[in-house]
Amino acid sequence: MRLTLREAVMSFARAPLLSALSIMMIAFSLYSFGLFGLVALNFRQRFGAVEERIEIEAFVDDSTNVETLANAVSEIARFPEVARALPVTKDEALERARRDMGEFKDVFDASFLPASIKVQVREGFRDPATVQRVADRIAAYAFVDDVRYGAEFVERLHDIRNVATGTGIVLGIAFAAVAIIIIAATIRITVLARAREISIMRLVGATNGFVRRPFLLEGLATGVLGGGLALLLLWLSFALIGRYIPLVFLERPMAIGGIAFGGMIGLLGSALSVWRHLRRI
Amino acid sequence: MIRFAHVTKEYPRTGAALKDVSFRIAKGEFAFLTGPSGSGKSTILKLIFLEERPTAGEIRVAGMHAAKIRGKEIALLRRKLGIVFQDFRLLEDRTAEDNIAFALEVTGAPRDTIGTRVGRLLTQVGLASKGTSYPKQLSGGEQQRIAIARALVNDPFVLIADEPTGNLDDRATRGIFQLLGDINSSGTAVLMATHDLELVRRHEHRVIEMNRGQIVFDSTDPAPRAAQER
Repeated sequence: MRLTLREAVMSFARAPLLSALSIMMIAFSLYSFGLFGLVALNFRQRFGAVEERIEIEAFVDDSTNVETLANAVSEIARFPEVARALPVTKDEALERARRDMGEFKDVFDASFLPASIKVQVREGFRDPATVQRVADRIAAYAFVDDVRYGAEFVERLHDIRNVATGTGIVLGIAFAAVAIIIIAATIRITVLARAREISIMRLVGATNGFVRRPFLLEGLATGVLGGGLALLLLWLSFALIGRYIPLVFLERPMAIGGIAFGGMIGLLGSALSVWRHLRRI
Repeated sequence: MIRFAHVTKEYPRTGAALKDVSFRIAKGEFAFLTGPSGSGKSTILKLIFLEERPTAGEIRVAGMHAAKIRGKEIALLRRKLGIVFQDFRLLEDRTAEDNIAFALEVTGAPRDTIGTRVGRLLTQVGLASKGTSYPKQLSGGEQQRIAIARALVNDPFVLIADEPTGNLDDRATRGIFQLLGDINSSGTAVLMATHDLELVRRHEHRVIEMNRGQIVFDSTDPAPRAAQER
């Protein structure tokens, strides 16, 4: 292990430019992938905020007594698709109308507005079919006169989400593939640059395992350093853009995962390159 | 110790490099492998240290069947062989000492013994004072001496030398040849490929002559010699 470590460290020292280039290549590949991830994360965050506005409102009959309404509200709140269910009295409805709509500013009699139950749908259940199903269940209560939830809004939001998710997956795979190809090519160059050394190692009786180990360690270190640098660049970009647009940054497990991903790519890239090289010679 | 029996080696693009080659190298023997460029000398050496595999025939090196050994066994076999090339194949970014020590380190030799052995070998090849020099600071003859020291570090039973004097002037050639003779005198067999016929003529060692992938003369074999005499 000591020898492996020494060889790995020495190979960094012997070809500092090539090592730095490898780290930079990995860093920039992961950075572009990370930048895409950051955009996707922020888009998802914003989109989630819009989706939270999906709300079902069930207008109840004037003759419904308070106890019946309260029981229904707590029953609806226990639906698996429902995040929250709140009763809205006639007075609260008037207050909201006066706040949101100018023409109600001078109205003080709440008797003509119906009481209602406002239902917020849980994340993951905000597709048109599920929202429709929940609305139908609520409409089945005898005291419910009418149920509204903005079917067109829900439908359009769902379409946007589908297109964004599909595009995100395709772009994400493309970014990841480009990053992996660039990283693999970079590692391959470092292996080829040391082809003579490898052939000498083998001639003096080094086993393939012995030849491979320093490369794997070097690949892992290059990947981790590249991942770390990518994270730093990403944070700098975030700090810069964040001055103008409020953004969220990657959470800690995600950031650590990014560095680990860099290390894994470095390790696998090295393993593959050395394996291919040793198989050929 | 080394035995070739009806060995043929063909390459997909260039065709047959060796055709039905048979010979033996005995323990402690010194043999020249001669012949023009492309006659198959280097192919024979590559087959011995398993850089290549035969297309047909049988090769045995130190009792191991060349066609059957795989992976780690190849590495273990190479540790029993000393290999020297015309272009020295030293690691340019390591000192002479480190180049020799490296061949010991890959075998997992105890660290405390490496320094002593390297020092002894440097003395043996006459370069005790050049241990800390880098290959570029050494002459061609000195570099080849370091390469020979590296080849001897694991006490091989045979030293395989592929044109070891090909890049050297007369004086360095004589020095290297003297060194190979000394190594042979201590019991290590030497198989040396060369096209320097002058060198071959000056010494009384066995000669295996190759031409177009076949042995056309073997000084230990009475039949071809008789044919030549006729």
